[in-house]
Amino acid sequence: MKAITINHLKKDFGKVTALKEVSLEVAQGELYGLIGPDGAGKTTMIRILTSLLTATAGEVSVLGLNPQTEYKALRQKIGYMPGQFSLYQDLSVEENLNLFASIYETTIEANYHLVKDIYQQIEPFKHRRAGALSGGMKQKLALCCAMIHRPEILFLDEPTTGVDAVSRKEFWEMLKTLNVGGLTIFVSTPYMDEASLCERVALIQAGEILAVDTPENINETFGRHLYAIKGGNKRALLNALKAFEHCQSAYSFGSSIHYTDSRQEMDVEELLLSLQAHGHSNITIEEISPSIEDSFMKLMTSHDS
Amino acid sequence: MTREAVISVHHLLKTFGSFHAVNDISFDVYRGEIFGFLGANGAGKTTAMKMLTGLWKPTSGKATVAGYDVFTQAESVKRSIGYMSQRFSLYADLTVKENIELFGGIYGLSTRHIREKRIELLSRLALTDSEHELISALPLGWKQKLAFSVAMLHDPQIIFLDEPTGGVDPITRRQFWDLIYEAADMGKTIFVTTHYMDEAEYCDRISMMVDGKITALGTPEDLKKQFLAKDMDEVFIKVARHTQPIAQ
Amino acid sequence: MKRFAAFVTKEFYHILRDKRTLVILIGMPTVMIMLFGFAITNELKEARVAFLDHSNDPQTLAIQEKILASPYFSLSGQISSPTGIEDIFRDGQTKLVMVFESDFGQRLEKDGQANIQLIADATDPNTASTVVNYAQAIILDYTRNIIPQQSTPLINVQSQMRYNPELNGVYYFVPGLIAILLMLVSAMMTSISIAREKETGTMEVLLASPMKPAQIILAKVVPYVLLSFLDAVLILTLGKFVFGVPILGSLGLLLGVTLLFILLALSLGILISTVSPNQQTALLLSLMGLMLPTILLSGFIFPIENMPLPLQVISNIIPARWFIIAVKSIMLKGSGFLLLWKEILIMFGFILFFIAVSVRKFKIRLE
Repeated sequence: MKAITINHLKKDFGKVTALKEVSLEVAQGELYGLIGPDGAGKTTMIRILTSLLTATAGEVSVLGLNPQTEYKALRQKIGYMPGQFSLYQDLSVEENLNLFASIYETTIEANYHLVKDIYQQIEPFKHRRAGALSGGMKQKLALCCAMIHRPEILFLDEPTTGVDAVSRKEFWEMLKTLNVGGLTIFVSTPYMDEASLCERVALIQAGEILAVDTPENINETFGRHLYAIKGGNKRALLNALKAFEHCQSAYSFGSSIHYTDSRQEMDVEELLLSLQAHGHSNITIEEISPSIEDSFMKLMTSHDS
Repeated sequence: MTREAVISVHHLLKTFGSFHAVNDISFDVYRGEIFGFLGANGAGKTTAMKMLTGLWKPTSGKATVAGYDVFTQAESVKRSIGYMSQRFSLYADLTVKENIELFGGIYGLSTRHIREKRIELLSRLALTDSEHELISALPLGWKQKLAFSVAMLHDPQIIFLDEPTGGVDPITRRQFWDLIYEAADMGKTIFVTTHYMDEAEYCDRISMMVDGKITALGTPEDLKKQFLAKDMDEVFIKVARHTQPIAQ
Repeated sequence: MKRFAAFVTKEFYHILRDKRTLVILIGMPTVMIMLFGFAITNELKEARVAFLDHSNDPQTLAIQEKILASPYFSLSGQISSPTGIEDIFRDGQTKLVMVFESDFGQRLEKDGQANIQLIADATDPNTASTVVNYAQAIILDYTRNIIPQQSTPLINVQSQMRYNPELNGVYYFVPGLIAILLMLVSAMMTSISIAREKETGTMEVLLASPMKPAQIILAKVVPYVLLSFLDAVLILTLGKFVFGVPILGSLGLLLGVTLLFILLALSLGILISTVSPNQQTALLLSLMGLMLPTILLSGFIFPIENMPLPLQVISNIIPARWFIIAVKSIMLKGSGFLLLWKEILIMFGFILFFIAVSVRKFKIRLE
């Protein structure tokens, strides 16, 4: 049985279509990422999967249950961490955890082993009010509260948004550990680099799925040679590349520029000489494998055209 | 070459009771620079920015922005800078045109000047047809780009951007940075915070705050050499983990 | 100046585009003026008067006719004996009982003096005074016009303020105060509590859990039941021991009725919260839709009988009205359960109605 099956899911809010016939599947035990910018429809999809919204059309099945009609049974089995770390600010760490355990008619002790690694990091502060915790601590507590009842599947809606790079990494390490234990995890994020940490991903933009596969496979369908070009004056270089006759795409990527050519095979030397002739010095051109971000942008542009 | 420091910070301190949110920081930002102000959540970035934009008074230390002292001339500071943050930029229940007119008025521009700027701004962003649409109807990326332009209506010399590209799609993010580059090319100084480490590379110089102190300051290249890192992501991790505080 | 003008313009846009604000700015003053204009009146209008006539002679009948001919009074009924006085005051409709002594006409003609006793229901001291004054004026008018004799015979008018001999305003206010307070604590606080969960996002997590909506609501309501009850007891205690407000009837019945009203207010609070997406809306609805009508139309300050008919009709659906009647009855008149069955039944009906609607409207999902 698949953990999640979505078939031609459509969701309208009045005249606005938030999800336009999306389909995907998640196997049990998978760490699955829904990758896309704000407004793409990620939260809407998760809310439908967790039975908080109903679909306008299409079929949805979570753990073999229909969220629309069998929500009572489903709500026993899922863990949910929505966008804003929904904790009770005026209850302490321990009180929050106890509350969520009771809601699911279990105790902290019963499932302590599941959350131990994470909880131990915040245990020294267990009497502190949740509202007084730092962002990273709140994240950890929210994760514990979502896990304490031993769910079969965990839904996380943008858990790392607005969080710094180090905390994000730590959070994903925690997720991986949970996943190794067999838990199915469905997580949405706007950060493209987090896609590579998932087993499989769905790229979503403006209510439509651009691609569904393992990150590696998606990148393999890039279909063109991708070059990282460095050197000289970055901005001038970028402008020069954009102006280049055969340029298909040129985007800044940190310290280099990712370039694709409109021709199937490009002569690297030719480009190098051309750039040098225009006064750019210290240029290096290196072919690289595309990342999810490269793939996402390519899919976006080919989708729009 | 002597460069003019448009922001000058000396031993700036901000305490809340016994907690040192900003714990003695000093740095300069030069005219025309794109300066990246990075740090983990809770490191003191927001506090520092609030002091530099004239919103909070420092506990001690000295800072001048656009030549004005943030202690005694906060109002002049506010008048000389542009500010845009992710959380709030424009009024959602006003139209594009109304927002421009509002902020133009707040910045003290003449009606004619506002009109000229409006036409120019909208055509540059290709938003002329959306003039009468409510901000809430615009996609996030467009909102951010518009907000940035509005923050520059009064032609400030320094612009503060607080996580301007959070959650925006990768293409629009880069378009936003094109706007930042354009502004820098016009001689404006940009002071930007971000959680995207690749954007850190787009800056001329970076500073990183950890626990209220600045623990790294320099160009991206210098920092990568200094911390033996291949990219800014690695620099950030090394800086933050190197001075890992007791968990809070 | 430009800056200021631009900002003022923006504020106008905000206001005009927010329907809620418009309702308050335009709707509220209109409603308030209408309500206050019509409701606030100390003028008597068709106050119910009953007659206990021991004589039944032309003079007493003439006086009765004159009383009833005025716009200030209307007939409640005829009483045959003094025991009937209590009964007719029971339901609070009758404001005045006029007692004529036996052989009234004879005494007037032969002795030049006769007696009328005015017994007023002084649970509302203001109305009682007014009623007595008006009645006295009419009687005086009668003696002047109808009896054309040189030495004008006197009709002695003795007045008795029943239930509240000292015309203590506080007797009138305490029951109403309890009602207002319970509305405040139970209805408003409950509605805000649930709305707050929606606002902070914790409601989302609760909904996705096995927690049943009924459990969520009940859990939120229990603390407020206890607190409201304590508050009510506090007021009653202070009322009795500091201000001397009597509790003539059964204390158990009083507390029972209070508890009933608490449940009513709570169910109303829950209803408001199911339709409020955030605390601000809950607060607004509670204040505008609950507190204001309760204060104005429940009979707390302004007697219902003095209001124009449309408002009197509306007052029937103000739950607090029935509670206030019941409490006043028990405290000041010593009424028992049997006499209050109507009010109690009505309150039960309200509770069932509000709960039924709440259950229907409570969303098990986010939309």
